[in-house]
Amino acid sequence: MSAILEVRDLRTVFRSEAGTAQAVDGISLQVGRGETLALVGESGCGKSMTGLSLLRIVPKPYGHIVGGEIRLDGRDLLQLPEAAMRQVRGNEVAMIFQEPMTSLNPVFTIGDQIVEAIQTHRDTGRAEARRLAVELLDQVGIPDAARRLDDYPHRLSGGMRQRAMIAMAISCKPKLLIADEPTTALDVTVQAQILALLRRLQDELAMGMILITHDLAVVAETASRVAVMYAGRIVENGTVHDVLRHPRHPYTQGLLQATPHARKAGGPRRKLAEITGLVPSLYDMPPGCAFAPRCPKAQSVCRSTVPSLLLGGGNVACHFPG
Amino acid sequence: MSPATSPAEPLLEVRDLVKSFRVSGGTVRAVNGVSFDVARAETVGLVGESGCGKSTLGKTILRLIDPDSGSIVLAGDDIGRLGRSALRPHRRRMQMIFQDPYASLNPRITVGRLIQEPMDAHKVGTVAERKDRVVWLMQRVGLRPEHAERFPHEFSGGQRQRIGIARALALNPDLLICDEPVSALDLSVQAQVLNLLVEIQEEFRLSLLFISHDLSVVAHLADRIMVMYLGHIVEIGTRDAVWEQPLHPYTRALISAVPRLDPDEERPSKIVLSGDLPSAMDPPAGCPFHTRCPVAVERCSHDRPALRVLADGSQVACHLISG
Repeated sequence: MSAILEVRDLRTVFRSEAGTAQAVDGISLQVGRGETLALVGESGCGKSMTGLSLLRIVPKPYGHIVGGEIRLDGRDLLQLPEAAMRQVRGNEVAMIFQEPMTSLNPVFTIGDQIVEAIQTHRDTGRAEARRLAVELLDQVGIPDAARRLDDYPHRLSGGMRQRAMIAMAISCKPKLLIADEPTTALDVTVQAQILALLRRLQDELAMGMILITHDLAVVAETASRVAVMYAGRIVENGTVHDVLRHPRHPYTQGLLQATPHARKAGGPRRKLAEITGLVPSLYDMPPGCAFAPRCPKAQSVCRSTVPSLLLGGGNVACHFPG
Repeated sequence: MSPATSPAEPLLEVRDLVKSFRVSGGTVRAVNGVSFDVARAETVGLVGESGCGKSTLGKTILRLIDPDSGSIVLAGDDIGRLGRSALRPHRRRMQMIFQDPYASLNPRITVGRLIQEPMDAHKVGTVAERKDRVVWLMQRVGLRPEHAERFPHEFSGGQRQRIGIARALALNPDLLICDEPVSALDLSVQAQVLNLLVEIQEEFRLSLLFISHDLSVVAHLADRIMVMYLGHIVEIGTRDAVWEQPLHPYTRALISAVPRLDPDEERPSKIVLSGDLPSAMDPPAGCPFHTRCPVAVERCSHDRPALRVLADGSQVACHLISG
């Protein structure tokens, strides 16, 4: 599979009076055409910051990308001048968020906003852009698209707003879609609709997709490969099947065992496995493996040396992988 | 396992409970004729999507909101109509745990005072006994008693939920209503809080009404599951029955939509519901679900199905289900 995105050793830091936090601490990943890579982890693990870094929209003035390469079709986005980067955003790489209102402007109609997105990147007249906008709303499953075009975002339900944001994101047929918790705020039946929509669009447009989520079950249903993040680093990656069925990193194992799911019929209510303690502060990271203070298998080497992903054959960053 | 209806020893019996709100432009019937029981030491999961009325139902049972009509019988006493002062002695028997403990804990009061406050309000024991109990409660929920002088903001989300649990336990309640208690927590912390809830439930023989939008959490915890749609209970059954063989078309769609963790597990084919939830201000006539139901027949559009008890004890409100 030809990779459309290849990220090597990406580093993003936050500098403030509190010190320097390694929010993204040497991330490498690849996304193929038409492939979905899930970035999964708990709050503060750096998964969203990785997404924002790929588009070079880390929050100013504290966030800085300080190293690495982000190659989109071979071209390093980190070397592009800002003007060229603006042509990449929304055109070649698009992003959707948990809360559609972060992307939709409440004082313009849905149609105005999609038309603007189209005209920013394409040389089309307004009438043609409106026609395309109706097509897009139709494509994302908004009923009565021509009429909905003139609605303001607040007139739409949460699920419909999410569809409108997706319509805007795919308006320029991006090569890569970054979806940051796209269904977290939605009810489960609507979540199923939106995930099905994303899968269909991905097929139709042959888009690569990075799905950022905290939900391993969503990963199981949506992605082909997964990278598990902890404290700014990828601790395990592989196919969804391998990682979820045969997790090798103690953190991945802990997450899976902590996930509530239905017990077998008639079975007893079992205790969920707990991961003791808390995620370390990014301003005060332990010297070795970031997970060592919470890890049941940690030895002295874990507390002194950061394990590289290469230790586990490129798939697991652990001195003692399972 | 207790049967789906009339549990052996009902602690809570809710009958025909109705709560509506007047809003600009009309009336919302948030809880529309709800009846169910909760047995002693039983965990009942209440599931449904945003706006189905599940939180309002929880608050109405606790009388944080006054019902329009219907009865709420707690251990034999109908508390549905009691006035403020008559209600007071009953309040200590039921407590609530909220999604966001931070919003429900006064930020200017130390954690020790917060946990002691309900005992002060109900004048339980001597002051010294209350202080002892605070220490005991903090230990029981996994907090360090020496942190009693700290303020809520000094604790993590999971610890704040433990504070909320300690406070809810202070008066030795019989019934705990948990409204999305782990929804805001990360997975590793969520597991800690869920385990704690199970432990204290077993230890104190608490009845739990566990309100959640997360069916996986409910399927993990509950003895029985109730499904709510637009203010109505549409199905009640044992956890196994509802999770493995849901009957109501809405429950079937809901459970088929739950993402499954095991990549090899055979997935039920997803039943995709068309359309959005109807407005609670203008609910459909007949069955509240008929506008989105894939199997609705003509009768469903004008005749509201009652919740009926089936042979196996399950209850379901659907014309198309017999048995």
